[in-house]
Amino acid sequence: MTISKPGKVFIFILILTLVSLYVALPTQVGQYKIPRANIKLGSLDLSKEIELKQGLDIKGGVQVVLKADMSSLSAGDKPVALESLRTVIGKRVDLFGVSESGIKTAVTGDDYRLILELPGVTDSKQALDLIGQTAKLQFAIPQYLPGKTATDSAIFAGFSPTDLSGSDLAKASVTFESQDRLPAVSLQFKDSGRDKFAKITKDNIGKPVAILLDDYPVTMPTVQTEITNGSAVITGQFTIEEAKALAVQLNAGALPVPVSILSQKNIPATLGAESIRKSLVAGAVGLGMVILFMIGNYGRMGLIASFGLVLYGLFTLVIYKLIPVVLSLPGIAGFLLSVGMAVDSNILIFERFKEEMRAGRPWRVALELAFGRAWDSIKDANTATIITGLILFNPLEWSFLNTSGAVRGFALTLIIGIFISLFTGIVVTRNLLRLLYRGISTQTKK
Amino acid sequence: MNWMKHLSLYFILSALVIIPGIYSLARYGLKLSIEFTGGSRITLVSMNSSAEDVLQSFKEYSPTIESNDKDGITLKMKEISQDNAQKIVDTTKPYNPDAKMTSFETIGPALGGETVRKTINALAISSLILLAYISFTFKQLKYGISAVIAMFHDTIVLIGSFSLLGHFYGIEVDLLFVTAVLTILSFSVHDTIVVYDRIRELSHKHKNIEYASLVNQAVTETIVRSLNNSLTIIFMLIALFLIGGETTKFFALALLIGTITGTYSSTFTAAPLLLVWNRYFEKSR
Repeated sequence: MTISKPGKVFIFILILTLVSLYVALPTQVGQYKIPRANIKLGSLDLSKEIELKQGLDIKGGVQVVLKADMSSLSAGDKPVALESLRTVIGKRVDLFGVSESGIKTAVTGDDYRLILELPGVTDSKQALDLIGQTAKLQFAIPQYLPGKTATDSAIFAGFSPTDLSGSDLAKASVTFESQDRLPAVSLQFKDSGRDKFAKITKDNIGKPVAILLDDYPVTMPTVQTEITNGSAVITGQFTIEEAKALAVQLNAGALPVPVSILSQKNIPATLGAESIRKSLVAGAVGLGMVILFMIGNYGRMGLIASFGLVLYGLFTLVIYKLIPVVLSLPGIAGFLLSVGMAVDSNILIFERFKEEMRAGRPWRVALELAFGRAWDSIKDANTATIITGLILFNPLEWSFLNTSGAVRGFALTLIIGIFISLFTGIVVTRNLLRLLYRGISTQTKK
Repeated sequence: MNWMKHLSLYFILSALVIIPGIYSLARYGLKLSIEFTGGSRITLVSMNSSAEDVLQSFKEYSPTIESNDKDGITLKMKEISQDNAQKIVDTTKPYNPDAKMTSFETIGPALGGETVRKTINALAISSLILLAYISFTFKQLKYGISAVIAMFHDTIVLIGSFSLLGHFYGIEVDLLFVTAVLTILSFSVHDTIVVYDRIRELSHKHKNIEYASLVNQAVTETIVRSLNNSLTIIFMLIALFLIGGETTKFFALALLIGTITGTYSSTFTAAPLLLVWNRYFEKSR
């Protein structure tokens, strides 16, 4: 038995649909549990339900844009300081127990900014007070109480701070200048710190000295020798990444950057839930109307196009889950709009089909001609939409274009929508029509 | 049907919509949201005090009431910190023991101006790239220019309508509106290209037909698809506008207005403009 080409494509579409259904469905529908396959592809675990990421405007939470005051720093230090600030603030956000928080940096002209998203945070004031502090770096000596008996090991009792702090540190950087040529972190002290550091190293030879950031130890090197020139190297079995991470943390203290709130948005979660429910109802009603319209206008062809449209919705949902696309309210609106636009290629083709039929061609020829000839219009028209979509999405993060999350979210859904609708509107519908549609070839007699 | 007989009628119809919009833009401007102007917006619930009293307590920040319904009272004012807003709410505690600030939003003025600049950049860049793209695809500058003029037509109709809506119904222009404008830009061009594409195809087929009747035939052949396609989008948008979420209500409205003018302009602005161009610049044909 041989399978025709449309047949093969049909089987491919069928498999794609089944896989998509599997990804799209939750693990449990009503009382029925859906069996999960135990497959893992990279970070993708198919045995668990794949969740749709919800944006802040749906989940509720706080969005803050912080302005970093870099006026006291030299131009070369600013990017370093911004990276450190991001790390430090990211750590504090983690401490607050915010899951799926987002933190981004943005540079606009002379302005250095951090954009923070804290989903689920309701007491924004408390959170921002904690997060907005300027980083505090402190050198400290760990204190131990002797064990109760001679064989007991000493008990750690806390850190006693020294007078050496982040303001005495000029800069930390990754270096390979150590004896073993392994990645290490070099510390450069300011004049104010040189003598303090010399005294600490002198007093603590062979003992550990801790460096605390926001009162948490980031590293605890052991002093090898007295250092009087204000320049030290912390060695250890670091990988390059570890050394970089340590340098970034130390720089947060060395290059302290006060932050102020540039904009803030608290979104109550209830608002989002209500809005999403309404949008989904609106989407269902709209979809129903589109399907009725298509069937009313194009009969059986319209019905097949509606199948294509339902598949469009399904594939889009799967792509959103897999990328993942963070779903925001404008994003949902963009998706619903794209459903309306998705049938455009079908309408172009069907109108063309009617024309070819009127020209007296047999339906099978008319169908293939319609797909072929409509393609030019579809291609040119969609290219124009993709151009605008890309300018809105601003993939290279050009600072003269919009970097706002809401606008970009909308643009991303628009672009994804175009590609999927081209697939369902042309590949899927075309093959379904080839297989299922049987027209009547009546020569129109006038 | 001879669509292209009534060119001036189409332009007059456009003018009838555009002129009040431009007048309103010049006279009243747009009602900008705090995303552009900078400022704060807060929502308070369980307030027993009258709206006037609430306004009075924030008077330092020149507040205005944005909405006042069962979901609470929403105020718009000059930039205020969350701390200070909370303090003011606390001073009214004796009258409003259950008062709570459920939503707080603030945007610095610097950020507002920046948004305006970026929006203009996006508009300018989109126009230039689309102009180049269309002129290149159709190998003639007149297509690019006519399509972009039709696109500006739609943009002005949309912005003008929102200026009027802002003046009479207090509807604000926010960042989502910008998104809507840019979407309509692409929709307008999308629809226009379908018509132009047909003109190009017909001109290959019938080399000796007069340009005007070519354009006319192309419009006749594409107008049904144009209407049908717009109707499907309009169904979706009407559903979103009427029963969709509060947040995206006016976004849907903006897209709705844009879709309607975009559909109109591809047939009744973009195609006639080609003929106008021919009349003045290509006398030979």
